[in-house]
Formats: sequence, C-alpha cells, structure tokens
Amino acid sequence: MDLAIYNSRRRRNVVATAASYGATGVGLAGLAMILIVLFWEGFSGLSLAVFTEMTPPPGSAGGLLNAIVGSILMTVIAIAIGTPIGMLAGTYLAEYGRHDKVSSVVRFINDILLSAPSIVVGLFIYEVMVVPMGHFSGIAGAVALSVIVIPVVVRTTEDMLMLVPNTLREAAASIGLPRSLMIRHIAYRAARSGIITGILLAVARISGETAPLLFTALNNQFYSHNLNAPMSSLPVVIFQFALSPYEDWQKLAWTGALIITISVLALSIIARALTGTRKAS
Amino acid sequence: MSIATALPTAVTGHPPVDPSSLRDKVAIRNLEFYYGQSKALKGITLPLYENKVTAFIGPSGCGKSTLLRVLNRMYDLYPNQHAEGQVQFDGINIVEPGLDLNLLRARIGMVFQKPTPFPMSIYENIAFGIRLYEKLSKRDLDQRVEQSLRRAALWDEVKDKLNANGLSLSGGQQQRLCIARTVAVRPEVILFDEPCSALDPISTAKIEELIFELKEDYTIVIVTHNMQQAARVSDYTAFMYLGELVEFGPTDKIFTSPTDRRTQDYITGRFG
Repeated sequence: MDLAIYNSRRRRNVVATAASYGATGVGLAGLAMILIVLFWEGFSGLSLAVFTEMTPPPGSAGGLLNAIVGSILMTVIAIAIGTPIGMLAGTYLAEYGRHDKVSSVVRFINDILLSAPSIVVGLFIYEVMVVPMGHFSGIAGAVALSVIVIPVVVRTTEDMLMLVPNTLREAAASIGLPRSLMIRHIAYRAARSGIITGILLAVARISGETAPLLFTALNNQFYSHNLNAPMSSLPVVIFQFALSPYEDWQKLAWTGALIITISVLALSIIARALTGTRKAS
Repeated sequence: MSIATALPTAVTGHPPVDPSSLRDKVAIRNLEFYYGQSKALKGITLPLYENKVTAFIGPSGCGKSTLLRVLNRMYDLYPNQHAEGQVQFDGINIVEPGLDLNLLRARIGMVFQKPTPFPMSIYENIAFGIRLYEKLSKRDLDQRVEQSLRRAALWDEVKDKLNANGLSLSGGQQQRLCIARTVAVRPEVILFDEPCSALDPISTAKIEELIFELKEDYTIVIVTHNMQQAARVSDYTAFMYLGELVEFGPTDKIFTSPTDRRTQDYITGRFG
C-alpha cells in the first residue's frame, strides 16, 4: 500500500475543508455585521410613536404609521392577486401540462420573470397602469408587487406538486377519482406545507422591494388607505429618509429597516416550522 | 363462446378441471401494447375467470405489470403509451377510446406495490372513495368503513384510532388500508401489483390470506415475482416472457407439469 497517495489526499482535504470554513465565516461575518448595526441603530429609535404617528417633516417628531399601513395593505393585495394566479399556473405545469410543449415555454418565461430586475416590473406597471390612470396609486403598487409574487408561487407550487409521488396519483385514479378531485383533495394536501412556505417566501421577497413601488405607489407623507391615491410604504420611506441629510429621518429609516427585518425573520421562522412539521409526520 | 377455443395449444392441451363452472370476467384477445414505438406486449390472449385468482409471473421486464395496468387503463395517465386489441369486460372493449375511465376504475380496483395511503385520516382514506359514487348517511358510511376495514383484516388494529393519519400505520397495515380502500368502492375486479414486495413475511402472510378470502366476492389478478406466492394464492397462472404469453393454465398444472420448456426453466429457477 502506498501511503503517499493517501497522505496527499489527506493534505488536500485539510486545505479544502479550511477554505470551506473560511468562506462560510466571511459570509456569516458580513451578515452578522449588517444585523448588529441594524439592531444597534434601529432599536434605539423604536418607540410607540413609530407605530402611531405619521412620517414627520425634518426636524420634528413622528413615526412610520402611514408607511407601515401602506406596506401591509399593498403586500396583502399583492398576495391576494398573485397567489391564485401563481397556484393555478403551477398546478397546470405540474398536473395537466407536465409533458406539453406549452409548459416548457411557460416554465422558461417564468424563470426569466423570477430573476427579472424588479425595477423593470415597476416601469412595466408604470406604463400599463400609472400612465393611463394619470397618477400614482396604491393599487398600481400592489399590482407591481403581485407581478413579483406570481413567478415565485408558480415555481414553488410546481416544485412541491412534482414532489408528490406518482404512485399517489395512480392510487387516486385507481378508485375512480377524477383528476380535478385528486388535485384538490390529495395533491394539494400532500404539498400543502411546501406551497404555504412558497407564499410566505413571496411575502418576504416583496416586503423589501423598493424599485417597483417608486414608479407606482410613489409615497405619501400622510395617512391614507385610499388605493386610488399615492401610498406610502416602508421600503420607499427608508430609501428617501436614509438618503436625506437629516439625522432624525436617518434614525427613522434604521427603525423601518429593523421592522421589515423582524417581520421577514418571523415569516421565515413560520415557514421553517411548517416544513418542519411535514418532515416529522 | 368461451375464450378457451382461441387459446394457444399450451392452454387447450390442459383444460381447466371443470370448464363449465368458469365464466370469463375479463377476456383479453390479441392485445398489443406500446411504450412510444417499442412494443411491450405481443398478441396476448387470456381469460380472467370470475371469482378466481389469476397470477401473472415472469422475469423482470416481461410485461406482466404492463398487462395489469392495461386492465384499468392506468397507462392513460402517461403520454405516448397505447394499447391495441381487445379487452372485453362486461360487453365493452375497455381499450377503446371514449370510455369513462373513472367509472371503469371504480369497477376494476388496484392495489400497488408500495402502500399508498392518502394523506388523511384512516377513516377518510376509506370514506373518500365511497363518497365519490354513493351518498350515504353518516351511520351507513360508518358501517361501510367498518365493513371494509374488517374485510381487510385491519379493523381490530385501527378501530380506536380512526382519526389518526393513515401514514402513521406500519407498512403492512398501510397495505391492508389500501386493500380496504379498494374494497370499499365495491369493485368487481381487484388488481394486485406485487402487493407484498415491500412487506415483511408476517404481513405478507396476512395479505395472502386476505387475497384467498377476497376471491369469494371478487375476480382477482395478481402480479408477483415470488413464485411460491403465485403457487400459494392463485388458481390460474399465466407465465409471460419478453412480452409474450408463454403458457396459461391451472396453477398446479403450470407448476408441476408445464408444457413449454421456458416455463419449466423459469419455475425451476434456471433463469429469471
């Protein structure tokens, strides 16, 4: 036995393992730094006023209520529009058109949409909604966000349905179950936690989107839940306040960023918990 | 007309013990099956007798599962697969296009190689199929579920946890749950596709016993790799090789004095 070969493999293993740890460390350090600064700067600005008062003019006290309400409203509407479309399209791809030529085209376009820069989505909705309506509006913002939701939900729905074993589809067919009922009662049930996770990930994705809202909902320094008028949102307020020269605005931007981060973190934990229960059963 | 007259000499040479008492539940004639361009079944002609157990045996890839999956048109779920010829079931040729497949599959049930309980409770696993075709009161439904579970020899083990998830049962119990689910729909024919290959010997024995009891009410077809199993549970055996039906006849005949050399080689373990 030639130990030289074995020993050189061991040495290469040590180098590769060290490099892997190093790369992980660099990534984690960056993330930790972002989070530490965010929590440091954000927590000090956190107070009840943030949730009860409007965005202030520079130099006076205020909060982020209008932005929080606007963000929640537009996110909810975007999910309400995007989820059914995304789920139905994903169901078509996985169940009805799995072997069709049309499906491979739809899949390809969906992948492009999935990685399209969100500012393009903003400009698209600007052209098709804002220009004809003549003004910026909350509903245009929600539609722009829904365009980002759709490809995410299409993809996760299809992937999760693909994981449902064909033997289960055959078993359903073997008792005379029509395909539509099989999908509703068996495939969706088996894929439920995965599909919900996909929707929550879509929520996380759009809750930080700024570019599509800049061209559609714009901003509003007053409280408004009128979807036909410009609407404030956390990302846009953060964008505006963080770039401003005023220290109190910058402080509020940090706080807004912290609120988004905590919300997304909470959603990710819920998503993780849901997939966890699936593995356990 | 009995299908026996249309059978190859291997079959007519050994007529069933009492042919007059046999009725063809399903009659397969000159069946060909294609996966895309490749022919997987070549001119299969075979009767499936009512209230008897017919076993399909043969080496891997001989077409026995393919043949089974023609009988409930399971191949229709996939593209580029088609069958030609005749499979007469109750006066209709089931391989013809235009047939209502859901109704066909309610009448010809199937139990698979791997247990496939639905992701729902034990009770729902059974009740789900019943509700598709019958509107029963809660009491009648409860009764049917119990009856089906008893028929599958599973009732005593699950009667206290009907609301537990079907997936929480052991492999053998899951397979019996699948049998109960199939029986609950009240089919006329039950197809078993290697139902014991994923099970331990004790569960296997239970399933085999069950198959023996079920033939009183149903016509049964079983695909198996296990020749002892075919010998134990079946009344008739069809030996298939390379997509052809080599020999068909009463099981004891096939296993003790096969006509064809290939059958003899296979059952004595010389190949396969």
